[in-house]
Parts: sequence; C-alpha cells; structure tokens
Amino acid sequence: MPDWTLLVVLALLGAATGLVGTFAFLRRQSLLSDTLAHAALPGICLAYWWTGNKSLAVLLTGALAAGLVGSLWHTLLVQTTRLKTEAALGVVLCTFFAAGIVLLSLLQAHAGASQTGLDRFIYGQVAYLTDEQMLVLGAVSLALIATVVVLYKELKLFCFDPDYGQTLGFSRRFLSLLLSTLLAGAVILSLRSTGVVLTVALLAGPAAAARQWSHRLGLCLLGAAFFGASSCIAGALLSFHIPQAATGPAIVLVLSAVVALSIVCGPARGWLWHFLRSWRFRRRVEYENALADLFRLAEAQPEAAGFSLEGVARWQQSPASRKRRVLRALVQRGFIEPAEPHRWRLTHAGLRVARRIVRGHRLWETYLAQNLHLPADHLHRDAEAMEHVFSAETLEELARGLQYPAHDPHGHAIPPAEQEGQDA
Amino acid sequence: MLSPAESVVLLTGILVACCCALPGCFLLLRRMALLGDAISHAILPGIALAFALTHSRNIMVMLAGALAAGLACVALIQILGRPAGATGGGLPEDAATAVVFPAFFALGVVLIGYVARHVDLDPDCVIYGSIELAPLQELAIGSLRLGPRPLWILGAAALINLLFVTVLYKELKLACFDPDLAALLGFRPRALHWLLVMLVGGTTVACFEAVGAILVVSFLVLPPATAYLLTHRLTGMLVLSVSVGALAAVLGYVLAVWINSNVAGAMGWTAGLLFVCAWVFAPKRGLAANLVRRLRGAAEG
Repeated sequence: MPDWTLLVVLALLGAATGLVGTFAFLRRQSLLSDTLAHAALPGICLAYWWTGNKSLAVLLTGALAAGLVGSLWHTLLVQTTRLKTEAALGVVLCTFFAAGIVLLSLLQAHAGASQTGLDRFIYGQVAYLTDEQMLVLGAVSLALIATVVVLYKELKLFCFDPDYGQTLGFSRRFLSLLLSTLLAGAVILSLRSTGVVLTVALLAGPAAAARQWSHRLGLCLLGAAFFGASSCIAGALLSFHIPQAATGPAIVLVLSAVVALSIVCGPARGWLWHFLRSWRFRRRVEYENALADLFRLAEAQPEAAGFSLEGVARWQQSPASRKRRVLRALVQRGFIEPAEPHRWRLTHAGLRVARRIVRGHRLWETYLAQNLHLPADHLHRDAEAMEHVFSAETLEELARGLQYPAHDPHGHAIPPAEQEGQDA
Repeated sequence: MLSPAESVVLLTGILVACCCALPGCFLLLRRMALLGDAISHAILPGIALAFALTHSRNIMVMLAGALAAGLACVALIQILGRPAGATGGGLPEDAATAVVFPAFFALGVVLIGYVARHVDLDPDCVIYGSIELAPLQELAIGSLRLGPRPLWILGAAALINLLFVTVLYKELKLACFDPDLAALLGFRPRALHWLLVMLVGGTTVACFEAVGAILVVSFLVLPPATAYLLTHRLTGMLVLSVSVGALAAVLGYVLAVWINSNVAGAMGWTAGLLFVCAWVFAPKRGLAANLVRRLRGAAEG
C-alpha cells in the first residue's frame, strides 16, 4: 500500500483542482490551465537558477510567478491585438515552454542531468515525495479549498453575471485576478504529480464530469471535488499495483473514464438521459396528435359513434404497426375506447387532453394571424409544433390576450377552457 | 562555415518551419490554433498501438498509427464539443479539447511503458524530439543511399502542404472568412475542414519524427500569429509566416550553438521572440506605433 499521508495529500490536491477547475470550466478557460502548466516551466528553472535551492516551496513559487506572468501576457495580447483568445493561449504556451526547454537543457548541462530533479515536473511523479514536500502540497491545496469556500458567493456572481457583481461593488478586475491566481495555484499543485501535459486534465476533467450530473453550481463544485479526489486516489492505487503505469497517467486515465461515464449517463446533460427525454417527448407528441385527430373527426361528424385514423393525412404515411401501437397505448391509458370494430371514440379523460391540444393549436393560429399578420396557409405548421409545449398558464394568458376568441382564422370553433366541475 | 551535419540540422529546422506555417495560418484564421497542440500529443497511443499490433519498426506503420490516433482525437473533440441539443449536453469546445487530448497522451504513456522494451521510443523524444540526430537517420533504398531521412520526409510534407494551399487557395480563403457563402457556393467547408485536419495531422506526424512536439506546435502557432499581426492580406500572411518561421529556425540554431542548449527549444523560443518584436514594433498596430499615435494625439489636442 502507498503511504496513507500521500493518499490524503492526493485527495486534497484532487479536490482543490476540481473546485478551481469548475470555475475555469464555467468561464470557458479550461485551456488556460494548459497554457499555465507549460508557462510554469521557465519559472521553475529560473527559481532554481537564482536560489540554487530545489525545495518544492521555492520551485512552486517560481512556477506560480511564471504562470501569473503568462496569464497576464495572454490578457494583454487579447486586449491589444486582433488575436483571438485561443491563438493568444497558443502563443504564450509555445514561447514560455520553449524558453523552459532551453533553460532546462542549460541547467542540466551545468548541474548534471537528473540531479536537479526538475524534469520530474514534465511528467510528474509522486513516488518519491518527501514529508516536507507533501506538507507543502497539502497546505497549498487546503489554502485553495478554503479560498473557494470563503469566496464562493463572489466567484459565483463573477462567473454568471460579472456586470451585476460590478454594480454591487465586487471589483471585476480583482475577481478576475483572483481566479487567475487560484488557477495558477491549482496548476502548480498538479504539475508535480501529473506533469505539464496532463495537468489540464486534472483541472478540466472533474468539472466536465460534474457538469453532466447537475445544473446547480454548488452541486457541481461538490461533484468536481469528489471526482478529483477519488480519481487521484484511485490512480495512485492503480499505479502502485501496475508498475508500468506512472501515477500521473494513471490518474488521468481514471479521470477520463469518470468523464466518459458521466457524459454517457449523467442525469443533467448525459447522452442516455437526453435520448430518454427526447424519446418520451416524441411519444407524447404522437399520442396527443392521435387524440387531437379523433377530436377533429368527432367535430366533423358529430353523429358518428366511433372513428378510425385511416383517413387522416398524417397517419396515412405511417405503417399500420405504428397506428396499432399508438391506439393500444391510448386504450391502456384510458384515453380512448373501442366503439365498434376498428372504430374508437374519446373517453372523458381523452376528451380533456384533446380539447386542450386543439384549443392551443387554434389559439396560436389566431395569435399568428391577428398579431403577426401571417397568411392563413402559413399558420398550421407552426401551431402543430406549439400545441404540445403550452403550459396551462401560458394558454390562458394567450386566450386572455386575444380576448377569448370563439373561432380561429380557418373558421373552426375554439374549444373553451376546462372549467372546474364542468362535464364534457 | 557549416559542417554537413550542421547544415542538415539547419535545413531540417527550415523545412519544419515551411511545413507548419502554411496549415498554421488556416488553423489560426479558423480559430483552431490549439488543434496542433492537441494532435501532437494525441499521436502517442497511435504509435504505441501500431508497434504493439504489427511488431514492425517500419516508419510508415508508425506514421499511419500516429495519424489515425490524431484524427480520432479530433473527431472525439468534435463529437463531445458539439453544441447542446444535437446529442444532449456535451461540453464546451475548449473543455472537450482539455479533456480528450490528455486522455490520449496518458494512454500513450502507459502503452509505451508496456512496449518500450522493444522499441526506442519514449515520451521524451515525442516532446523534445531529437533534431540534433537528424543527420544520422539515413534513408536507403536497397544499396542506394539517399541521405538524411528527415529531409526527405519533411520535403515531401512541405511539398504536399504547398500543393494543398495553392490548389485549394480560393476554397480555403472563402471557408475561413465566409463559411456560409462557401457552403452556398458548393465548396463543402466541412470536407475542407477535415482535409485541413488531416493535413495538420500528417504535418505533425511527419515533423515530430524529426523534431518533437514542442517545435511543431511552436511553428504551427507562432509564425502565423506573427504574420497575422503584420498584414491584413491572406497571401501576405502565408508568405510572411513561412519567412518568419525560416528566420526563427536559422536564428534559433545560431542561438542554440552559441549558448549550447537544446536546438528545438531555442528555435521555438526565437519564434516567440520574433512574435514579441512584431507585437511591439508592428508598423501600424504595434504597441510602439499605438503609443506614438497616442502621444501625438495628446500633443496636438
């Protein structure tokens, strides 16, 4: 088993990068962390060069400074040139990282290749962390987590409505700088454990996964902290058991699996739920259309006892099996009942639904004709789409606005609203 | 004077600059500047898998694997980064990039850990490359010795890129500046987009074999960005970015020899310095020109 303190430090680190990464995710700055990670390299080299000291605190300070300079340069580039944000990110990334490579090769030539241990920052390594180094990483993680918790309200406002925040007196510039500092802090944290290239995953991954589970910021933050922490621990354990897998890549692979799983089955934005929701909506539209059609048939021939969908235009194209399925489902739900062989009539419940749909359809047609002056042959298609999405309140609002019209532009009667206790 | 080996290194650098600058311009204009970065990291698992599956060290097999992985990465980024609605929520495009390419790279590092005993490939050489070794890799067909292999591969890649840009110049230009009109006229911007992605992938793979990801990405981004600050015309931008790239390669090589450092890093950094020069001293829109204009305005007003 790896040392338990290491696991605690990794959990804190994962939670901190997850929290900070969520704000970067919402600000569309996920790739900024990639740039900051690369920009940190010359900072690390210069810090070592100037101080001759390779303690983690000194190196990370250098990295933080370089990251902030890089992020400042990026902001300046976007403000003073025609370059778009991603091009500016690329410019900062390449220039700083190339400088870092030059410095690293110079340092290694002077001080002997692996003696400095600086190259550990490129791939990351957690196996040989000393107690002092773990203390530094743990302390920085806790500081980041505490900052996010304390300034939660301000950061939230800044992410969603910075203009409103400004009017309330939360300085936009200060919060932007604060977020950049937090981001640079989170980046240097993960540099030592996952390395330059993979750091961006540790910041963007937990946020991307958590976003699939909830639409609420608080829950997203909790989820991101949880995904970050658990992926770090799982990755460390995995790499402990599989010697070929270094810790950094192992953490990122676990995290990527979590992201993939979330994108497929997260309830808020995941694919499965999305397909389920749209399938259920399509089915509801199908049922409501069938009920509305039966209602219109009954309108046209009030004396007939039952009706079939055979003659209705929109059902003529569809296969018989679909018609059978829809009718069976409607019978099961108690919306229609068989009147005679292959003929159905609406039940009381079915009539209510059909009346609402047809009412919505005809009210909307009236609205389009009266208020938007659309010609009569342009009304139907739009109303077909709208009739399924009106809420009861919207419908009544619409009727009130149109002053309760009795007929739609085609001359059909608009069914009245359902009254309490009124029988159909 | 340069020794033959030195001139091969220098020529390799210049060819990489020419190769990357052309597609780099279109990446920049289409707001995909970081795509080269993503592709150059994502090719790692392709190389490892190609070796694991075929047990061949044939360079063409490796390149095919790398290209496939790079394209898979771009495709995945596009699927995940699609706007909400089409396939459910998905992710913002930047987050999709940030999630996908590290996953590929991590997979590559682990896979290479497994096959590394058989093949002299490590993540190091993917990032830094070994442009210094370019003269030692000789291309030979039978007993016919044709000289350094990177020069042949890069020369071919540069030629293909040049051909692509000259033949499809009109289509590319329209797709960059007015994609709707391009679609309307039947130029199929989507097909063009994928052609561009394939070209960038191929360029990355061809170059990385000689020089590593850092130089490829630098030359894809920096010279076009420099040229973009200096001119408003597409033709001018293409010519300028090739020249700036070649200049960066030459000056970078001089710098590397002078301070005895990593050559690829020095070339990339010089490209960055040239960008800073353009940023400050660009004739019309540079910082210095802006300052002068502002001072004049203050003096007059």
